[in-house]
Amino acid sequence: MVFRNLPIRKKIRWIIMLTSAAVLLFTFLSYLVYEVVTFRQTYVQQLYTLARIISTNCTAALAFDNPDDAAEVLGALKAEKHIVAAALYDKQGNLFSKYPQDYSLHTVPQDQVQFQEDHRFEESHLIIFEPVVQNNKTLGVFYLKSDMDAMYERISLYASIAAAVIAISFVVAYFLSNRLQRSISRPVHALTSTAKTVSEKKDYSVRTTKTGNDEIGYLTDAFNQMLSEIQTQNAQIQLFNQKLELTIEQRTHDLATANKELEAFSYSVSHDLRAPLRSINGYSGILMEDYGHLLDEEGIQALKSIMRNGMRMGQLIDDLLAFSRLGKQHVAKFNLNMTALAKAVYDDLKEQYGNKSEILINPLPEIKGDSSMLRQVMQNLISNALKYSMKRDKPVVEIGAYRENGGNVYYVKDNGVGFNMQYYDKLFGVFQRLHNVTDFEGTGVGLALVHRIITKHDGRIWAEGKENEGATFYFSLPVT
Amino acid sequence: MHDSIHDVDILLVEDNPDDAKLVIRALKKCNLGNKLIHLTDGEQALNFLFGKGEFSEREVEEDKPRVILLDLKMPKVDGLQVLKAIREDPRTRVIPVVIMTSSAEDRDIVNTYNSGVNAYVVKPVGFENFSKAVAELGMFWLLVNQTAK
Repeated sequence: MVFRNLPIRKKIRWIIMLTSAAVLLFTFLSYLVYEVVTFRQTYVQQLYTLARIISTNCTAALAFDNPDDAAEVLGALKAEKHIVAAALYDKQGNLFSKYPQDYSLHTVPQDQVQFQEDHRFEESHLIIFEPVVQNNKTLGVFYLKSDMDAMYERISLYASIAAAVIAISFVVAYFLSNRLQRSISRPVHALTSTAKTVSEKKDYSVRTTKTGNDEIGYLTDAFNQMLSEIQTQNAQIQLFNQKLELTIEQRTHDLATANKELEAFSYSVSHDLRAPLRSINGYSGILMEDYGHLLDEEGIQALKSIMRNGMRMGQLIDDLLAFSRLGKQHVAKFNLNMTALAKAVYDDLKEQYGNKSEILINPLPEIKGDSSMLRQVMQNLISNALKYSMKRDKPVVEIGAYRENGGNVYYVKDNGVGFNMQYYDKLFGVFQRLHNVTDFEGTGVGLALVHRIITKHDGRIWAEGKENEGATFYFSLPVT
Repeated sequence: MHDSIHDVDILLVEDNPDDAKLVIRALKKCNLGNKLIHLTDGEQALNFLFGKGEFSEREVEEDKPRVILLDLKMPKVDGLQVLKAIREDPRTRVIPVVIMTSSAEDRDIVNTYNSGVNAYVVKPVGFENFSKAVAELGMFWLLVNQTAK
C-alpha cells in the first residue's frame, strides 16, 4: 500500500499519529538522557558519602592494625544491596580487609590501588577510591565497587512508561485525528463524490455543500460555479440544438416540397411545352411542304426562321431536362476504358464537324465511373473542341491524361477560338455562352452538364483558354 | 379519317387534334392511314375495344386493330389505365400497343413496360423527324411485324 494512494482521511490520520508518536519518542529520549546523566552524578555523590563514612569508621582499625574491626565495619555494607565489593588497603597498598569476606582477590584490585579520591565507571560498575586520612596523615585507601542496576531499573521503568504513554497517545491520537480530519477530508470527499457523479452520470445539477471559508471552501465555490456554468451552457446548447433540429426539419420539408414541385414542373415542361412546339414545327413543315410553292423568297425565309427556332427551343427543353434529370440520377460506377470511350465518341462526332481535324488520342488510364455519364462528358468536351476549332486551317485536338494528387486528370485540348479568362466564371453556368449562336451553335447547357457529372463523381473540372489560341478542359476523377 | 368502325388496322388514341392530324398525315403519306380510326380519349378507346356504348355493334374478338397508338396524357382515362385494361382482358391482350408521348420521363417508360407495352416512342419535336418516326412505326407494325389472331 503506497502512502500517496491512501485516501486523504487515512493520510491525515497517519500524519497526526506519526507526528505525535515522534514528538513523544523524542521527549522521552531526551528525558532518558537527562535521567541517566543526573542519576550517575547523584549516585557518585551518594557512593562518595558512603565511602567517606566507611573510611572514617575504619581509621581506628587501620591505626591500631585491627582487621577484625575493619571487617565488621565493612560487613555493614550488606545493607546496601548494590554494593558488589569493598576493600580496605593499608598505606603500603596491601589488602587489609575486604567485603564480602569470600570475595575473590582476583576481582578486588591489588596493584592499581590509588591514594587520591577518584571514581570511574567500568563495565557497568562504579568504582570509587577514598583515602583513609587522620590528621592529614594517609593511613590507607578504601575501595568501593557498586553495580548500576538501580539505574537500569530506572531506565526500564522509564521505557515501559514511555511505551505505555506512546501506546495510549497513539490511541488518543487515532480518535482525535479521526474526529479532526473530518473538517478537511469531509469537504474534499464531498467534492470528489460530486465530481464522480458529474463525470459518471453526466448530471450537472448536483452541487457540493460548502463547510467553511478555507481553501477547500473556495474550491467548493469555484467547483459549484463551474457546474452552474456548464449547466447553463448545456441548456443553451440543448435549446440551440432543438431550434436547429426544428429548422432542419422545416428545411427538409421545404426542400422535399420544392423538389416535388420541381419534378412536377420538369414533367410538365417535358410533356406540355413540347406538344405546342411540335404543332408549331409540324404545321410549319406542312406549310412548307404543301404551300411552299405559293410563297415568295421572303415568306420561305420567315417560315424557315420559325422552324429553326422551333427546333432550337426543342433542343433547349431537351438539354434543360437532361440537366435537371441528372440531379436525381444515381451514379453507377464501373471500370471504364477511357481510351476506347474517347475514340468511340470521336468517331461518332467527326463527320458532323467536317472530318478535317487532326486528332491525337494519348493512352488514357482506366477509371471507375458511370459509363453513360462519362460518355456524355467526353461527348461534350470533344464536340466543343471540334466545334470551336473547325474554322481553323489546321484544327488540332489532343486528348490525354496525367496523374496528380492520387487522381487521374484527363484533358481535351484544341487550337480553336478559345475564350477570355475574364469570363471564366460563366464557363460552367447553365445557359451561359461565350460565343454567338450564329458563329457556333449550342444551348449553353453542355458544360453545365459536364460540371454536374464530374461533381457527382467527386471530381473537379477546370479550364484554361486564350482568345484565338485555343482552350484546354481538364477534369480530375478520384482513383478508388 | 376512317369511315368504318370495322376492319381497323390502326387505332390512334390521341387527345390533341393537332398532333393527331400530324400522325394521320405522316401515315397517309406512305399509304398506311387508310384503315385508321382516331379516338380522342381513353374512355372512348376502351368502349371501342370492348364493344361498349357507341361501339356496341362491334365484333370485339373478330375485329382487332393490328396496332394501337396510344397517348399517355389524356383526360378521363389516361393511357396507362387503357394499357392496363387491354392487357388484363384476354380478348385484347395480344394486340400490340405503342405508346406515343411527349414524355421522356423514366418513370413513364418503366411503368408502361411493366404494364406490357410493346414499344415506347417519344414524339420528336421537329417536323421531319416526327414524320419519319411515324412512318417507320406504321411500316414496322403493319408491314414487318406479325400479330397473333
